[in-house]
Amino acid sequence: MIRVENIIKSFDSKMVLKGITTEFQKGQTNLIIGRSGSGKTVLLKSIVGLHEVDQGEIYYDDRNFTRMKMKERKRLRQEMGMVFQGGALFDSLTVAENVRFPMDMFTNQTAKEKEERVAYCLDRVNIKPEAFRLSPAEISGGMQKRVAIARAIVLNPKYLFCDEPNSGLDPETSLVIDSLIHDLTVDLNMTTIINTHDMNSVMEIGDKILFISEGEMGWIGSKSEILHAKNKKLEEFVFANRQYKEMRDARIENGS
Amino acid sequence: MHFFYHAGRYFSLLTKVFSKPERHKVYVKRLFSEIDALGVNTVGLVVIISIFMGGIITLQVAYNMQNPFLPSYLIGLGNRDTLILEFSSTILGLILAGKIGSNITSEIGSMRVTEQIDSLEIMGVNPASYLILPKIVAVVFIFPFLYVISVFFGLIGGLLVGPGVGAITAAEYLNGVQYLFNPHYVGFSMVKSLVFGFLVSSIPAYFGYFVEGGAFEVGAASTRAVVTTNILILIWDLILTQLLM
Ligand SMILES: Nc1ncnc2c1ncn2[C@@H]1O[C@H](COP(=O)(O)OP(=O)(O)OP(=O)(O)O)[C@@H](O)[C@H]1O
Ligand SMILES: [Mg+2]
Repeated sequence: MIRVENIIKSFDSKMVLKGITTEFQKGQTNLIIGRSGSGKTVLLKSIVGLHEVDQGEIYYDDRNFTRMKMKERKRLRQEMGMVFQGGALFDSLTVAENVRFPMDMFTNQTAKEKEERVAYCLDRVNIKPEAFRLSPAEISGGMQKRVAIARAIVLNPKYLFCDEPNSGLDPETSLVIDSLIHDLTVDLNMTTIINTHDMNSVMEIGDKILFISEGEMGWIGSKSEILHAKNKKLEEFVFANRQYKEMRDARIENGS
Repeated sequence: MHFFYHAGRYFSLLTKVFSKPERHKVYVKRLFSEIDALGVNTVGLVVIISIFMGGIITLQVAYNMQNPFLPSYLIGLGNRDTLILEFSSTILGLILAGKIGSNITSEIGSMRVTEQIDSLEIMGVNPASYLILPKIVAVVFIFPFLYVISVFFGLIGGLLVGPGVGAITAAEYLNGVQYLFNPHYVGFSMVKSLVFGFLVSSIPAYFGYFVEGGAFEVGAASTRAVVTTNILILIWDLILTQLLM
């Protein structure tokens, strides 16, 4: 579980996060949604400490992250995995080396154990052994995302963060990635936080949804509630895609 | 002010760079690959430039001294001292700031803009130490070797060109090269090349590490890194000459 309390973050004079308070549950896919520029990435990067917050507290299972010294943070980070918007694979390493990297840095496993773990994780994200020796530039965007997920889970993290895992992918591949992240979250009992503005993901895997708008908390709920939420800005966001308006209207007609 | 802002951020980056590496084995592996990438791959360029420059300096000195009262050994001596004192340390430093420096800025800068550095940070790796320390150590280590290689091939260049175009005989040239040799000059230039090696690696690393934006900004940062490194090399050349000569 991750809890954030009243976090505020500004760049120069511009306040980007204006006091966010919420909890992200274990074993669930927690979604942060909002328009482009609403502060999703800044919120996620603040939670993991890539941005220092100006105010507020962040707790990882009751461990106060904001108050930690660098050394403690580094130790806690070994329990985190993160998938960046562009994948962020190391382009000087092969696919397999990328996944092995955290093990090389932090474990004392034998070469064979590492190799097995790499193969397992890559198999988990449906990467074929033929691709293990390729460099990130030689594989497609969707594959890069999947390798990034494999790298993020290789040390069995407790917390998984994904910044727009679907950006730049076709709807079908997006669905594959979404359900992959959801299954891993349940299997490994991770606290997963995903940034997205993809309504398809919201309806697929939105166990818990936090809608932010211009750095403020707009709405909190789940995928079953979102279509009926009474929030002007959220409605604009959700029903920007007509399909969901029709879906809601159909549900209302059916009396559900 | 701008200068103090950069200086402060540069030194605070250096303290991060010089903290203890997470994994000794990984660090040593990275060090050797950097020595290979940044150092060994530069030897060819250094050899070619030095042969030409040695030849050209020799000709220049020879043509400027077509006076029977000036002893011919001054030609070899002139080439030798120019190489030892300035060319193989300072000028080579300026040239390598272009080759090695822009390489470092663009590599680290693109890792920054593609979030690879954030990625390291999230794993609990110190990205400054992991990425930059092996580069600085590799370049500082390799620079004195490049200096010696440059002096040697510069002297060979003079030997090929001077007698080749008939400006001087090989015997006169070699006599001059050995005449009034001052080993202190070599020590002085070694110190300079260590300092320049540090500048050529750390300044561009700084510019790359703090890039914000995309490919365009990485390009701009490379240019700024090379210009800044060049200016600092010249300033340090002045300071060290004043202090050590
Ligand atoms: N490093 C930074 N320096 C200054 N301003 C920033 C910085 N990072 C983000 N911002 C500002 O914060 C605001 C929120 O940006 P953020 O990247 O969090 O949006 P987002 O919700 O992730 O959008 P998108 O869906 O397009 O990724 C933007 O207005 C942006 O200009
Ligand atoms: Mg974003």
